[in-house]
Amino acid sequence: MVGASEHWNRPSYFAMKYLQDKGYRVIPVNPQAKGEEILGEAVRPDLASIPEKIDMVDIFRRAAAVPPLVDQAIAKGAKVVWMQLGVRHDEAAIKAEAAGLEVVMNRCPKIEYSRLHGELAWSGVNTGIISSKRRKL
Amino acid sequence: MAEKPRTPGFETLAIHAGASPDPATGARSTPIYQTTAYVFDDVDHAASLFNLQTYGYLYSRLTNPTVSVLEERVASLEGGRGAIAVASGHAAQMLAFFSFMEPGDQFVSSNKLYGGSITQFGRSFKKFGWDAVLVDPDDPENFRRALTPKCKAVFVESLSNPTGVVVDLEAIAEIAHDAGCLFIVDNTMASPYICRPMRWGADLVIHSTTKFLSGHGNAMGGIVVDSGRFDWAQNDKFKSLSEPEPAYHGLRFYETFGDLALTVHGHAVGLRDLGATMAPLNAFLTITGIETLPLRMERHVQNAQAVAEYLAGHPAVSWVAYAGLPQSKYHKLAQKYLPKGAGSVFTFGVKGGYQAGVALVEGVELFSHLANVGDTRSLIIHPASTTHRQLTEEQQIAAGAGPDVVRLSIGLESIADIIGDLEQGLEKATRLRNA
Repeated sequence: MVGASEHWNRPSYFAMKYLQDKGYRVIPVNPQAKGEEILGEAVRPDLASIPEKIDMVDIFRRAAAVPPLVDQAIAKGAKVVWMQLGVRHDEAAIKAEAAGLEVVMNRCPKIEYSRLHGELAWSGVNTGIISSKRRKL
Repeated sequence: MAEKPRTPGFETLAIHAGASPDPATGARSTPIYQTTAYVFDDVDHAASLFNLQTYGYLYSRLTNPTVSVLEERVASLEGGRGAIAVASGHAAQMLAFFSFMEPGDQFVSSNKLYGGSITQFGRSFKKFGWDAVLVDPDDPENFRRALTPKCKAVFVESLSNPTGVVVDLEAIAEIAHDAGCLFIVDNTMASPYICRPMRWGADLVIHSTTKFLSGHGNAMGGIVVDSGRFDWAQNDKFKSLSEPEPAYHGLRFYETFGDLALTVHGHAVGLRDLGATMAPLNAFLTITGIETLPLRMERHVQNAQAVAEYLAGHPAVSWVAYAGLPQSKYHKLAQKYLPKGAGSVFTFGVKGGYQAGVALVEGVELFSHLANVGDTRSLIIHPASTTHRQLTEEQQIAAGAGPDVVRLSIGLESIADIIGDLEQGLEKATRLRNA
């Protein structure tokens, strides 16, 4: 998660905490918070310094900061680049897709996870899901 | 590759949206969750819920599983992103404006509104320092002329109660948006089966669900539906959504929740502080009512059209204000915005004025004389002596509720019985006039 914040009232903190609760490992990346810990994970200064393989890069940065992050995501072998609510960079997206990555823009993985798993409906949101099947708890 | 699933039709959504079988029990009909509170897994889970960091039920003043089903159902039918159900239509108006108005702010509203709304806007909203500027909606430019830098929203009823005025939604939406204002449409009289204001630019749609949505005259309720399309950060008018919220430790709703901002705010701040919660039983009755909304509305408008045509030819009737009649000045707008029919609530003028109006409402035997609309039963009222009596005669006439005005809400009884009852009631009113 690039742009992860150690401040608990920031959107990135909300998303990281939620995704951890759902069983995902989230590695925070933030050069300003290098050496600190967020929600039990050591903060890395950039994608290249993450020792593990990563599946997805979730970008909590303004659109102008996206292109170099996409280059790093491609170099790191990530499968998905995800740009958060309000973040969209079409050229960087085309480049990532050309390199075989999947791209999501202007969405939040927390909101999409909760939409697909029924939790978003608890908040009065139109999930667009119609089903006569009983959902697993 | 899998075929893209087709978008379900309105009738399918009216039955299924928001209401999958209950995950806990498999119950097929939506259970009534008659509980005030919900247990936390642990302290951390409680903290996440209080901080809005995770989804879940906390306390039924804010959210409740039965009420959530209704919210998703109506949001789906209106084509919105989310909704906040509340205790009544008046509470819906209060919550909608509360989400962004501050003392000293203004909004511009149509003056062709339900009389109770004119009183709410003109009297009670004043106590919050909210100033409603009322204009005649027939000329959309009247809204533009009334806009000031302090204006934050434009408000209309799509099909107004009780005058049957149809407003030019698309033109008024453009005027509101040009000024960076929110466009709010009360769609109670039309219902989403007849009119979909968000297709024409509405940002919020409001309902008294007490009327056609619940449909059986047995459950109070209101709802605010958000399109999710309004940019709350486009100017500095909507700081409660775009700027840090002190009560949530500086959280910014728009930044954090994106197009869900108003829906989350409406529960977490609006219902938290206004407290006008919808009861789970009322949500259940309304959910059940909505399942037959398309069938009921078809018959409502069919019966209303027949009654309007009958009255238009009656010698004791001086005029009929039903946009489904070709002679109505709103007929063209109705064909655009209400293609499935001009609703089932309308007014007409009885010859003989105030006394004849009173004689008619007291003389009918099938029509119920009461202050409601959108029931299976046919309803009648004489606004000047009831709903609009708190207004001055000038305001009554401006609101289309002058002394000779009788309002009907045409129900689902046999059409011969509906017309027969009006026939004998008008006979009594005429006898009085000739006596």
